[in-house]
Amino acid sequence: MADSRDEPVLEIKDLNLSYYTRAGEIPAVIDFSLEVMKGETIGLVGESGCGKSTVAMAIMQYMGSNGGIKSGSIKFKGRDLNKMSDEELRRLRGAEISMIYQEPFAALNPSLTIGTQLMEVPITHEHIPEPAAYDRAVQMLSDVKLPDPERVMAAYPHQVSGGQQQRVVIAMALLSQPSLLLLDEPTTALDVTVEAGIVKLIADISRKYGTSQIYISHNLGLILETCDRVFVMYSGEVVEEGTINSLFTWPKHPYTHGLFGCIPLPTADKNAAPLKPIRGQLPLPHERPRGCNFGPRCDFFEGGRCDDKNIAMTSVTGSGATDHRVRCLRWQEIDYGKQVAHGEVKPPMEVGEKVLEINNMQKYYEIHDRSIAALIAGKTVKLVKANEAIDFDARRGETVAIVGESGCGKSTFAKVLMGLETATSGVVRHEGNDISQIAVRQRDTKQIGSLQMVFQSPSDTLNPSHTVGNQIGRVIKKFGVESDKAKIRERVLKLLDVVKLPRDFYFRRPRQLSGGQKQRVGIARAFAGNPSMVIADEPVSALDVSVAAAVTELLMEIQREHKTTLLFISHDLSVVRYLADSIVVMYLGQIMERGSTEEIFSPPYHPYTEALLSAVPIADPEVTKREIVLEGNLPSVMNPPAGCPFVTRCPRKLGKVCEDERPPVQMAADGHAIACHIPLEELRKIESVIKVPQLDERIHVKGTKETATVD
Amino acid sequence: MANATTISVPAPTFGAALMRAIKSFGLLRESWVGMIGAGLVFFWVIVALLAPLIAPFEPNAHLQPFARPGTAFAQGGTFWLGTDNTGRDILSRLIWGSRTVLFYAPLAALTAYTVGILMGVAAGYMRGWVDDVLSRVADIILSFPVLVLYIIIIATVGASGLNIIIAITFASAPGVMRIVRGLVLDLRNRDYVAAAQTRGEPAWRIMLVEILPNARGPLIVDACLRLGYVIITIGVLGFLGLGLPPPDPDWGGMVNETRQMAIAFPHMTLFPCIAISSLILGFNLLADGLREISLRD
Repeated sequence: MADSRDEPVLEIKDLNLSYYTRAGEIPAVIDFSLEVMKGETIGLVGESGCGKSTVAMAIMQYMGSNGGIKSGSIKFKGRDLNKMSDEELRRLRGAEISMIYQEPFAALNPSLTIGTQLMEVPITHEHIPEPAAYDRAVQMLSDVKLPDPERVMAAYPHQVSGGQQQRVVIAMALLSQPSLLLLDEPTTALDVTVEAGIVKLIADISRKYGTSQIYISHNLGLILETCDRVFVMYSGEVVEEGTINSLFTWPKHPYTHGLFGCIPLPTADKNAAPLKPIRGQLPLPHERPRGCNFGPRCDFFEGGRCDDKNIAMTSVTGSGATDHRVRCLRWQEIDYGKQVAHGEVKPPMEVGEKVLEINNMQKYYEIHDRSIAALIAGKTVKLVKANEAIDFDARRGETVAIVGESGCGKSTFAKVLMGLETATSGVVRHEGNDISQIAVRQRDTKQIGSLQMVFQSPSDTLNPSHTVGNQIGRVIKKFGVESDKAKIRERVLKLLDVVKLPRDFYFRRPRQLSGGQKQRVGIARAFAGNPSMVIADEPVSALDVSVAAAVTELLMEIQREHKTTLLFISHDLSVVRYLADSIVVMYLGQIMERGSTEEIFSPPYHPYTEALLSAVPIADPEVTKREIVLEGNLPSVMNPPAGCPFVTRCPRKLGKVCEDERPPVQMAADGHAIACHIPLEELRKIESVIKVPQLDERIHVKGTKETATVD
Repeated sequence: MANATTISVPAPTFGAALMRAIKSFGLLRESWVGMIGAGLVFFWVIVALLAPLIAPFEPNAHLQPFARPGTAFAQGGTFWLGTDNTGRDILSRLIWGSRTVLFYAPLAALTAYTVGILMGVAAGYMRGWVDDVLSRVADIILSFPVLVLYIIIIATVGASGLNIIIAITFASAPGVMRIVRGLVLDLRNRDYVAAAQTRGEPAWRIMLVEILPNARGPLIVDACLRLGYVIITIGVLGFLGLGLPPPDPDWGGMVNETRQMAIAFPHMTLFPCIAISSLILGFNLLADGLREISLRD
């Protein structure tokens, strides 16, 4: 891949970066070295606060007024960036080093056409005439696979979709043919199926243009799909680096190994092989321990040795590892066994009677169009069909997942259940009572208390003005579980124990809590009224991997104890596979497929489920996936297709029948429904999307055997 | 992680709340602009509180007309800032006048805030026709030139302390309402509001307990600025003869009574003007300091 290994595009040596704050100097990145060869893609992976974005900012020499490069060098094609003048840097940025940010809409100027913004790049950096710049921009837009580039050139950023915006940003970054591209979480703001397209594009770029890339992400699966080499960062340090295959197959650092135990890989199972969260918390930058930063959270910590002095990177040898370094003193001694780390084995949950029955539920919103054109046409009221014919049941103790991308109506559905909205028609029976038409204010306390919710955003879920104790206590009082002040307090403290938070959190205010801790309080609040059913709307999607694993496990542990029905709303199929008993796949307000988890993850699939499965990145190099990249955009809910909602993007579209007629609901098995025109026999013939090798076929198992014989 | 020992929960006391307030005031020390502002405001508060002790003369006594600053009084004492045309000591009138302004300005601002906040929270949270009606009312009031509005109100109901408060409330509440409404429109979509709704809390509780406390940051800053405007207003009303009825000292009134002599005896108008601007400057700098601190964390 790299033609000239001797000449790196970017060479970072012994870099130390610090921020200077009121509290004093805070080292953000320590002892960082990196080489990027031509055409190579480097992945930087780590949890929030580990310093990965700071590294990117240092490469751009864009640290901000309170940040600084303390020591070390950053050489770009042999020239030291630290010693360049502002003028030289200005010529370099955007021309030879480009950066792509997380939020595409924020990166584009909303008041200029996309064409103007794109043409500006070659005109500024290469001083070429406008017509030539126009041709270059159009060519680049078609290279990033945007349909109808001429139209996109004339459009304003808000006139194209989020995925298309990110393609425009990538095109803009590539226009000056940079040697180095920095991508900071480029797909985090996008939907899974859109993300899959962008990831494929990014992977194609280095192949086509020979551009070197640094890809920053928190998602190990994405790193696996895009990168050649990966650097795992923890608390400001690289703890492990290596080629993708080597590091993903033989992770040597306990932190890397721990991370793999935290992500729901296809081999994980909530009963037989649960996730194993990393205990403890990321140390604050000014409270890092002596020696190994990971020491206090490490299962293999050895006092007197690991906390003695700073640890240097050492090369890993043996067991098939190549070009692999680790910052751990004990890497040779630790035997992780043959399996990925797993938690305790638990017996499967018993499923009881029906708690929730939903029959043909519909939720339409009326949009009033007051424009003159609408008045003349006589169409002042437009119907938005947020939910159409929702049909499923949930039993006691069962976990039902609702999966879909943004705009699929999953949040509207949750609102109807909670009584924040009332259904347009249909029946929603919770514990025998039809609640579809009863708004929350009309529900009695018992009904409200038995149906509670865990919210998505940790920063929003708690009221910043009230203490944790008051917020949980209010729920207990409101639902009449206890009324005596002392008893309420006692119960709040008990709930804090249940969600594994220290009791003195009673007095804390939300800003003193980390994201994971806030989510725990949110869970405690939802379970305070002894609910029979809890709706969790993406409860872990905003959390870091290791924290998310702990919160997921906690949620399921409480559910297990209380025999609660859990309705888990998510866009992430890998989490859903891990924890759900049955799955409902939604698209544009309609159910495309529903069935048990096993049924959803194996053929026959609905073509949309198939694409979703293919789009989810899996952090396991031995799992093979069939690649399905969806063309086109998600249609607007305001104006859905007349026939099957998925028809505009479906790779298996039959023809006119799909466009004009609602697909029939076909029963593939008892409880497994697929809404599709394609006959079941055809769907059954489709190959499985994800192939997981058996344990004894796995390389690392064979690998350890080989080294065992060699040693 | 969990510690199983039971801990006692002390009831929130007034002392603890006071300690917190003092502590958050300590943060102000990091903004020198804020410190200067706080210093100016504090100075006038002390002056107003100690007025009977520090005022050298009776404020309404006619002692010696047209005395220049620094003139000694025959019966003892010095007119440090001179006297006005009817012989009243300007320094004493300024000192006693600070009581008027520091009593009516905060009171007027407080009532304006109470009304404005209630309107804003209701409009922002309930939306629909409530919002339409309240917003239109606010638009109508705001469309009048403020001065004209004051003159109309005071001329109708007469000049008195209570009527000044009514006039200021009427004119400023719509502005406060707009700010509060904007803040509430953002805050009402937070998950903790949805959490309160899904546990069936009544609307008034969501508005006042869940939403309002979270809007306090920008509101405190705005309150300091608005207090400055209210002081200007009281000054202007006094100047127009619509303030407190004479002879009680009133800074704006002092300027009004002596303005015809401003060229010959500048001290008569100058010192009241300096007093007004120093207090307004104090509140403005305090607002800047508070904003600086709130942005930092």
